[in-house]
Amino acid sequence: MINTKDILETISMIQDENLDIRTVTMGISLLDCIDSDIDKACDKVYKKITTYAANLVPVCKDIETQYGIPIINKRISVTPIAMLAAACPNADLVKFALTLEKASRTVGVDFIGGYSALVQKGFAHGDRELIESIPEALAQTQHICASVNIGSTKAGINMDAVKLMGQVVRRAAELTKDQECIGAAKLVVFCNAPEDNPFMAGAFHGVGEADCVINVGVSGPGVVRAALHKLGKEASITEVADLIKKTSFKITRMGQLVAREASSRLGVEAGIVDLSLAPTPAIGDSVAHILEEMGLESCGAAGTTACLALLNDAVKKGGVMASSHVGGLSGAFIPVTEDAGMIDAARSGALTIEKLEAMTAVCSVGLDMINIPGDTPAEVISGIIADEAAIGMVNSKTTAVRVIPAIGKGIGEELNWGGLLGGGPVMAVNKHSPAVFINRGGRLPAPLQSLKN
Amino acid sequence: MRAVITVVGKDTVGILAKVSTLCAEKNVNIIDVTQTVMQDLFCMIMLCEIDKLSGSFASFADAAKAIGAEQGLSVHVMHEEIFNSMHRI
Repeated sequence: MINTKDILETISMIQDENLDIRTVTMGISLLDCIDSDIDKACDKVYKKITTYAANLVPVCKDIETQYGIPIINKRISVTPIAMLAAACPNADLVKFALTLEKASRTVGVDFIGGYSALVQKGFAHGDRELIESIPEALAQTQHICASVNIGSTKAGINMDAVKLMGQVVRRAAELTKDQECIGAAKLVVFCNAPEDNPFMAGAFHGVGEADCVINVGVSGPGVVRAALHKLGKEASITEVADLIKKTSFKITRMGQLVAREASSRLGVEAGIVDLSLAPTPAIGDSVAHILEEMGLESCGAAGTTACLALLNDAVKKGGVMASSHVGGLSGAFIPVTEDAGMIDAARSGALTIEKLEAMTAVCSVGLDMINIPGDTPAEVISGIIADEAAIGMVNSKTTAVRVIPAIGKGIGEELNWGGLLGGGPVMAVNKHSPAVFINRGGRLPAPLQSLKN
Repeated sequence: MRAVITVVGKDTVGILAKVSTLCAEKNVNIIDVTQTVMQDLFCMIMLCEIDKLSGSFASFADAAKAIGAEQGLSVHVMHEEIFNSMHRI
């Protein structure tokens, strides 16, 4: 029989330390729904999603009951809609978003991701039109997420897209200014976007994927923090790293179990487990608090980047052995408004956008869920996107930008959404203008992959 | 299929009887029982077979939870596989 201590450890992780499965995401290919008549295409999209995902929510609920482990979100990711848009020129693309919204309500999922375009090297038919329709699509829907990949290590950075995305992010916030600018919180700009990411807002179903797959994202910052707390302040960094690896292994094993169960019950191929430590605004579920438990007075202090690098690496090392297939973003997330410790650090001034940028060089995503002043010009947002994409491009890693211009608000004021998105203060950004650089357009060449120093 | 029933809290008279009565009512076969006191908390762990369970797993888990709630104890019923996968390579 399993040892009593192990059983109680699992129960206390779930009961007291907020261990949960963050998301079970069904990836569905919509390539067979392409049609030159947008209404026909929308019909096919609706039918395919509601057929494939009909049992997704009930199956996840059964797994929750049987294993006693909460599954917080059930989501769907689809083929980037720009590929469907390419076939129907001059159509009103928001129809696709409304169709996805209708499908999400029918099957009862929390989000559908994939109102997306991949333009790292250039715009194909449909790409520019889709990107321009994003603000309207996000304003008219509640459960749809959009993403745009504007750069990659192999292709470089599409600076025309960077310029456009600065305007699109602003417009998304402006159109939803009555709802705390939530449009911009559902839009992420990527460099090196993974094609099997189960997390929102950046999930889409890549073209190299199978027709339908199940990807699972775990959570568990609270578990790591609690384990470090028990370890005490005298332990060496070697011991800290070892303990994080062991804890991450356990968390990921649970994700693997849920992925296997969900895929076999739904009769769908198991895709990947995403090892990310995803925080929530709930007390005790914060990545910042893990860094503080390692010995920082506050997240944002000198040493934050080093602690995060250790955490991110140890999470991967522990998780990789626990799962048959690892993918997605897999690392530590640092979304400011979704993390109680980050919110406190941002409010107190300990954490700045420049420090967050440095942190993104060593962790899994990028500048995520950061509220910026409402009067920030589009060129400055584009500049932030270009900087973040450059970090991702040069370091062969995924980076992203999800900033929310708080329309009508300034530094120190707050945006609050509640739920998983949380809320937090507006943070200062550098006001000097990169306008000339951004307006040049063109392509930033891909970096050399040798002579590394 | 096997499930693990855990009871954690203050030691109370008759808790073992109540949980085993529920198991008998639901046609659940108890395979093993261990009891320990950890940090002043009473912990009882039962391993049981649920292949012939009458009714749904959810109703069994809820009934066990309700017994715990009456006595101020926390009672969980979870599939054995979650513990195996988390603690065994």
